[in-house]
Amino acid sequence: MRNRSNAITVRDLTLGYDRHPAVHHLDGCFAAGSLTAIIGPNGAGKSTLLKALAGTLPPLSGSVSFEGSKAKIAYLPQSADIDHDFPISVEDLVTTGLWQKTGPFGAFSQHDRTTVLEALDRVGLAGFEARILGTLSGGQLQRVLFARLMVQGADIILIDEPFAAIDTKTVRDLMHLVRHWHGEGRTILAVLHDMALVEEYFPDCLMLAREPVAWGKTSDVLTADHLAQARAMIEANDPHADLCERAA
Amino acid sequence: MTTPSDLYDLVIGPFAEFAFMRRGLVGVLALSLGAGPIGVFLMLRRMSLVGDAMAHAILPGAALGYLVAGLSLGFMTAGGLIAGFVVALLAGLVTRVTVLKEDAALASFYLISLAGGVVLVSLRGSNVDLLHVLFGSVLALDDPTLLLLATSASINLVVLAVLFRPLVLECVDPLFLRTVGKSGSVTHLGFLALVVLNLVAGFHALGTLLSVGLMMLPAFAARFWSATLEGMMAVATLVGIMSGCLGIILSYHLGTPTGPTIILCAGAIYLVSILIGRRNGLLIRFLPRAHLSA
Repeated sequence: MRNRSNAITVRDLTLGYDRHPAVHHLDGCFAAGSLTAIIGPNGAGKSTLLKALAGTLPPLSGSVSFEGSKAKIAYLPQSADIDHDFPISVEDLVTTGLWQKTGPFGAFSQHDRTTVLEALDRVGLAGFEARILGTLSGGQLQRVLFARLMVQGADIILIDEPFAAIDTKTVRDLMHLVRHWHGEGRTILAVLHDMALVEEYFPDCLMLAREPVAWGKTSDVLTADHLAQARAMIEANDPHADLCERAA
Repeated sequence: MTTPSDLYDLVIGPFAEFAFMRRGLVGVLALSLGAGPIGVFLMLRRMSLVGDAMAHAILPGAALGYLVAGLSLGFMTAGGLIAGFVVALLAGLVTRVTVLKEDAALASFYLISLAGGVVLVSLRGSNVDLLHVLFGSVLALDDPTLLLLATSASINLVVLAVLFRPLVLECVDPLFLRTVGKSGSVTHLGFLALVVLNLVAGFHALGTLLSVGLMMLPAFAARFWSATLEGMMAVATLVGIMSGCLGIILSYHLGTPTGPTIILCAGAIYLVSILIGRRNGLLIRFLPRAHLSA
């Protein structure tokens, strides 16, 4: 893997809704092949940042750029907006991970099917391929979504709070998968709240509290000072705020 | 005692004897082929009432066509299609650029369309006989109308096949479709266009309001017989066809209006499905059955 080059560069990035910033003047890079946890209190702009990186939210100002002309990005949003009642099989849902390859009309090869079944096996759901989505538990659904992430084969993987209401064993299994992706040289960003998990698995960490509080090695970021600073963030935005005059 | 010849008189005879019965049957078969699968998607996307809204949106267009050119197949069809597409497009636009959700946007425009249509019709001061548009005439389908129904069914099946993959993904996981491709809104509009096409074709046979019945009731019934999307679409089409055959024969023997009788048959099949359907039918639900070991 290209060592130490930057997979994602953000320059003076401000994101938000109705002109109120949710992420304010963020500057920095995510190195290629890095595994970064994004932490911070609720309303700190973590999910907003991932949305912008995934391309579903245009920046208010500043820019996001990727190494190479067409980086492949896979994005698992928080509480994925999935219709659990829709009669689709586990295999079909995981197969949608191949969308960027097949598009709406392309055919699937035998190799594609093998890829899908291997991914299901990898997340511990071998034999579940014909199950209908609605019959899965929350943890199983999350495993299915991780299998789809795997099938997408992206260089950059964005995961937003994947472990809310998920049991410990599933978290462990899925974190091993994330570590495996990291070993394959993929660039991974994950929004998390479990500090123990961050310390154990993530070499790098970005602490956000609307403004970036700290960004770097996890041991340097997770200090009492930084945590206190992040906690002091005022969540509600000020309806009478003046225009931001910080130089771009 | 029923003899084979009684049965023939009851079921086959009317069709062998009267061309209008055969035409009606062909028309309803064509409609069922298109409407069944569309209804299943509407139901699964929790858009069951969208068919109704669209039917109301189409009505003024068809009435205007009638005002301009009388009982002309071309003008009434074009009027209905244009009114339906305009409402679908405007509703889509408002949903995208404002805070209103799709149900609100659709409701607003079909109401405007409906009221506008009624005003226009009354301005002309003619007492238009809208009964044809409202309730259709299954047993008076001429060649051009049959051709229209068949064309609509064909377009429907082809477009549905083309849209199928993005449509399913847009139903299950719209956010994912948005991150991997840009086809979400095209798919959605294409799907609404199919709904409009079906209803416009349907109003010649069943009328604007009742044609929704042949779209939705079979889909609801299908939910009780199959757990898969493909299965539901097949069952819905089949239920539509069965309702059509039954309805036409029953209306012939009982002397009832054919369109409503067909929809009543679909309704009866739906009610029976609720009771004895093998997927969550009430009977299975309340029958004491031992649970499994794992």
